[in-house]
Amino acid sequence: MISGAEIMVKCLEAEGVSVVFGYPGAAICPFYDKIYDSDIKHILVRQEQNAAHAASGYARCSGRPGVCVATSGPGATNLITGIATAYTDSIPMIAITGQVRSDLLGRDVFQEADITGACEPFVKHSYLVSKTEDLPRVFKEAFHIASTGRQGPVLIDIPMDIQTNEIEEFVYPDSVNIIGYKPNTKGHAIQVKRAIDAIKASKRPLIVSGGGVLSSGVKLKFQDFALKTRIPVISTMMGIGVMPSEHELYLGMLGTHGKAVANRALHEADLVIVCGARLGDRAVAAPHQMSENTTVIHIDIDPAEIGKNVKTEIPIVGDMRNVLDMLVENIGDYTVPEQWQETVKTWKKDLFKTPPVFEGYVEPRTLVSHLSAMFRSKAILVADVGQNQIWCANNFRIREGRFLTTGGMGTMGYSIPAAVGAKFARPDRDVIAICGDGSFQMGMNELATIAGNNLNIKIIIMRNSRLGMVRELQDKNYEGRHSATILQGDPDFLTIAKAYGIDCAEASSNEEAENIIKGIVDSDKPFILVCNVYPDTPSI
Amino acid sequence: MQYTLSILVENQAGVLSKISGLFSRRGFNIDSLAVGVTNTPGVSRITIVANGDEYVVEQLEKQLNKLIPVIKVKRLNDGEFISRELILIKVHCAAAKRAEIIKTAEIMQAKIVDVAPSCVTIEYCECANRVNTLIDLLKPYGIREIVRTGTVAIDRGTASVSV
Repeated sequence: MISGAEIMVKCLEAEGVSVVFGYPGAAICPFYDKIYDSDIKHILVRQEQNAAHAASGYARCSGRPGVCVATSGPGATNLITGIATAYTDSIPMIAITGQVRSDLLGRDVFQEADITGACEPFVKHSYLVSKTEDLPRVFKEAFHIASTGRQGPVLIDIPMDIQTNEIEEFVYPDSVNIIGYKPNTKGHAIQVKRAIDAIKASKRPLIVSGGGVLSSGVKLKFQDFALKTRIPVISTMMGIGVMPSEHELYLGMLGTHGKAVANRALHEADLVIVCGARLGDRAVAAPHQMSENTTVIHIDIDPAEIGKNVKTEIPIVGDMRNVLDMLVENIGDYTVPEQWQETVKTWKKDLFKTPPVFEGYVEPRTLVSHLSAMFRSKAILVADVGQNQIWCANNFRIREGRFLTTGGMGTMGYSIPAAVGAKFARPDRDVIAICGDGSFQMGMNELATIAGNNLNIKIIIMRNSRLGMVRELQDKNYEGRHSATILQGDPDFLTIAKAYGIDCAEASSNEEAENIIKGIVDSDKPFILVCNVYPDTPSI
Repeated sequence: MQYTLSILVENQAGVLSKISGLFSRRGFNIDSLAVGVTNTPGVSRITIVANGDEYVVEQLEKQLNKLIPVIKVKRLNDGEFISRELILIKVHCAAAKRAEIIKTAEIMQAKIVDVAPSCVTIEYCECANRVNTLIDLLKPYGIREIVRTGTVAIDRGTASVSV
């Protein structure tokens, strides 16, 4: 005989899961009792939301679904923001929650919450398991759904009695057959041909790369295509890292907080190839950003994204991997007209400008732009949300590494837990988390997770004692009335770091900051650098 | 623009809330909704009549298709399908008016299913337009209660929406 809880652990093992992030509670105790004996590493976070963010960071760096676990009621509801973040950012994730006993469901007993109902708009799919026998099928399906098609979070809610009930034997299914779920990954040949014709006919083509290129794991193939055709590339926030920042064909991030040259390229292009991007309002705020005569080719695995935000002439539904193969195969020896190449080259010169320095402060944009050179080339940078996100998105000169941030949901407090997940996925790589003093205080409870596991994560706090992004909005749209954007009562972050036993330092100039960083890049211990930033430093 | 969607779903807990939730959170309104089992075990059909422009309908179809328990979504083409609603109407009916009301029901091919001293109940199964016509005709007598199902619809000819 085997219990539901044992089956849950065996399912995770069968899926090759080696680490899960979670927080226990009464309703998930049977599972915790079994994972105690398992080889699967359980990482205890300090708040459930961070378990989901850590699973997100893990998933993005490992290419496999991240797993987070919480108990019923408040444990589960705390997960919601993390699940919603993964949903908007299209990150494969399995969220496992304990639930009160099936016979008590609906009676509002202690720590009961309808979590499948509450998460409905934020999950790719969810299960409330009603029979222990169903567990293997549910897990198999959940991992399949989370990691195929447009990736996303799947929630499995498991009542206590389902975890404790025993069945005869455990058999993990070999395959999945969900009648209503057969994502189309193969690009349509006729649409691809139309796309090729349109590219060949265009004078000023441009590629917009999104997070979909990274989800497909085809970064290098994508770069080959751009290089072969010499089509310039801009990216959405989620697509940063598809091209090395200093690549001659790359013009930076587009959008309201993006690079002027990227937006200019988008405006002047006569053909735009959108690759795995949804083009939300922060990317293309108004359709007039593109000229009316621009032809749009949109490649996406999710048919619902095509035509949702931008009018599309040539839709290609499919996995970037397959579609890129088809494009490369059929493009022949086409290259972009000389004139457009030259124009783009002159724009490229303006990509990185040196911002003015304020005496006694660290200039965050300059610091971020120097950061990549100080770390190894495959470094993973996790940016939080706020001005720090924009500083990082526009100035981090990414090489072969990753840039992780929540571009879709924009959840403050993402960077530290996501960095924890990233480090577990890629212990061999440098992991840097950059946050503001606002977002740091939303994620700083995870310093305990970092300290407890001695995770080599370098945290840089850009301290301006403001909620800079909102403050900037208030300056622009609310007559400079700084309602609730001055951070009063902030603690001394150095004392906080010391309390956790984490080495730390403070910098008030770029030279000082860079010297400190150079001194710690080779250490295998976590570190917190607090940079004093001039409060009026703009986002862009 | 009014449109009719025929949706086949896996008959599992929560599927109806998934679908109705999708409408409400994307700001789309439902005019009518009907659910019933099909000839395939485990598969139910949901027929939805709703309003919206071309963009809305296209988005809806795509978003519905993304729901895992949704097997198939088809927009039925105008004029190429038969639709029916079932309605039960309880009409106030003084003895003097009874013959007149029965006559009206006969003209519309509706059935009197219950008679009481001061009212009659009429059953009618037709497309939404004809159902509305009957309601208009009966209004002057005083309608006490209306019970009306959502629209169900099926393709004309050999076309079908099946698994």
